[in-house]
Amino acid sequence: MSKYNLDYLDELEAEAIHILREVAGQFEKPALLFSGGKDSITLVRLAEKAFRPGKFPFPLVHIDTGHNFEETITYRDEMVERLGEKLIVGYVQESIDSGKVIEQKGKNASRNALQTVTLLDTIAKHGFDACIGGARRDEEKARAKERIFSVRDEFGSWDPKRQRPELWNIYNGKINKGENVRVFPISNWTELDVWNYIRREKMELPSIYFAHNRDCITRNGQLMAASPFLNMDEADVVTHRKVRFRTVGDMSCTAAVESEADQIDDIINEISASKISERGARLDDKVSEAAMEDRKKGGYF
Amino acid sequence: MNILKFFTAGSVDDGKSTLIGRLLYDTDSILADQLEALQQSNRKNDDGTIDLAILTDGLRAEREQGITIDVAYKYFQTEKRKFIIADTPGHIQYTRNMVTGASTANLAIILVDARNGVVEQTIRHSYLVSLLGVSHVVICINKMDMEGYSEDVFNTITDNYKKMAAKLNLQDITFIPVSALKGDNIVHTSEHMPWYKGTSLLDFLETVEVTANQDLHYARMPVQWVIRPQTEELHDYRGYAGRVLSGTFKVNDLVTVLPSGNSSVIDRIEVFDQLPEEVTAGMSVTLHLKDNIDISRGDVLVNSAYLPQRSQLIEADLCWMDNKPMDDSITYFLQHNSKLTKCKIREILHKVNINTLEKEETHEFKLNDIGRVVIKTADELAFDLYTDNKANGSAILIDGRTNLTVGALMFRAVVE
Repeated sequence: MSKYNLDYLDELEAEAIHILREVAGQFEKPALLFSGGKDSITLVRLAEKAFRPGKFPFPLVHIDTGHNFEETITYRDEMVERLGEKLIVGYVQESIDSGKVIEQKGKNASRNALQTVTLLDTIAKHGFDACIGGARRDEEKARAKERIFSVRDEFGSWDPKRQRPELWNIYNGKINKGENVRVFPISNWTELDVWNYIRREKMELPSIYFAHNRDCITRNGQLMAASPFLNMDEADVVTHRKVRFRTVGDMSCTAAVESEADQIDDIINEISASKISERGARLDDKVSEAAMEDRKKGGYF
Repeated sequence: MNILKFFTAGSVDDGKSTLIGRLLYDTDSILADQLEALQQSNRKNDDGTIDLAILTDGLRAEREQGITIDVAYKYFQTEKRKFIIADTPGHIQYTRNMVTGASTANLAIILVDARNGVVEQTIRHSYLVSLLGVSHVVICINKMDMEGYSEDVFNTITDNYKKMAAKLNLQDITFIPVSALKGDNIVHTSEHMPWYKGTSLLDFLETVEVTANQDLHYARMPVQWVIRPQTEELHDYRGYAGRVLSGTFKVNDLVTVLPSGNSSVIDRIEVFDQLPEEVTAGMSVTLHLKDNIDISRGDVLVNSAYLPQRSQLIEADLCWMDNKPMDDSITYFLQHNSKLTKCKIREILHKVNINTLEKEETHEFKLNDIGRVVIKTADELAFDLYTDNKANGSAILIDGRTNLTVGALMFRAVVE
């Protein structure tokens, strides 16, 4: 192999850094959406590579459902402290208190859908014109259709039929006032790429990604962390399991997998051998065949 | 391990989606829950097997109509290579999507239906591949099972294709007889075609050389962002951040900044916390110069020994991508890497009839039209010809009224 042939992780990294710098160059008020999950943690690492020793040209923005894993929030606060960058938090609870959204009822209640409203309000409040997100095209079939610069209208809506063609490595960030662009620098990464990158870069992650003992219940065939955020009743039997999480989202809709993998190498082996996709553990995608497409049209990132 | 980016082209029913589905399925790239969803779907082949095509149709409207309406990207990996597939629609009104997919691809797979041979669509897709300068072309002659896996059929189509392709500028053409539906010569070599001595499609994709055409002389780095921490300890830090488009930069190289034309020497190169002596095409880097000269986003750093073209008047191939026809009375934006400037279409030289490849005189450019124009830019551009250097020889047009990307430009000549 010639020395001019970049390894795949180097190529993916260089592309993502290029995209982040385009955001900095093209937009007035960008933001980086940070959920505390491995994908947005990867974005933060890429932002360090793109802009250090300078400051990030954008704040981190966390949409807090109030139903978080505690470990994620601890991780978030420590990371922001280490980075010395600005964090803005939008609270779903505030959207509920102000009557903009209504809390779901019943056994499968989740705040996942509500966070779209909080996200759009946070974008409007701060006047963000570009929001960088950690979504990947391999996650889901509607995501596979999404551009790297994905223009959303003033309602935050995605219209797959009106997407701009994206040619070569040129990104068109021109928008009208009120619109914003969702930017996905790791569009071309797969779940395994992210893990291999985390290993290569020796990045720290919230502990819930690694196998640990936890009280769980089984719901709709999925293993859920027992928590006050889950509407439980007598039918729900709590068992103690050794589990880990493949994605980090709202506690009420993110399922665990049984696992012994407590080291990054074990996780990579486990994912390589797994026959279930990452999104297979997200109840929110199982509502209908077009669940993600519909949420994105509604303004979800 | 490196990455191969490819896209598939072919008519609506040539089996593009089936071919991609087959590649994913036979390389074990489809996970159990996705497979389960597939099995529950109502779309089945006549013999009751899973319709692999639905793997690539991600949108509701696509599933309803059974066609692909937009570019989708798919990913899979073998022990030898990572693959990114741009799944582009073949239907005539989606030429722009094919151009989009082809703009970033190293390789094109063109499907030909063994029953129909070389048809207008084949010519059109081959023309686009040639126009965009995709390095490698694989002609997959599909549905061989429906022609009794006949060697004669394969040879006739291959000969016809070569005759047609003589008019085009295609670099490396490979022919493979396949059945995407049955899995012949896709991932596994077929037992039905003992006369075929070549490799399976996957073997070819895994081994084709992707960097052979990379030019190492045209060192170009558009400046995306100037890193200036302005802290006490980094008071004089001034790094020019960007991605090396082509060529290589070394410490002590003499570089020229365009458009100003000022020169300096590379003092040091940073790739985050590393200080490499040399960086190469594709890498995102930060360059530091010995002299303090005025450089900002939109400028380009080039090796002084290999200067690019500089002009405000450029002959370019244009693919029109918007529903609203081109209007040569208005001013568009042109984006060339990190440089944004205004431009006008000065003259339409011709349009290409992409079914016959004939040049036609025209006064208008509508959606999916391709032809040659002369553009006049407000600022001087520092560019290379597309055939020499794709990355620095391409640009997009943006309509300032709608902000939409309306055209793809490939620079072909400097107008004297």
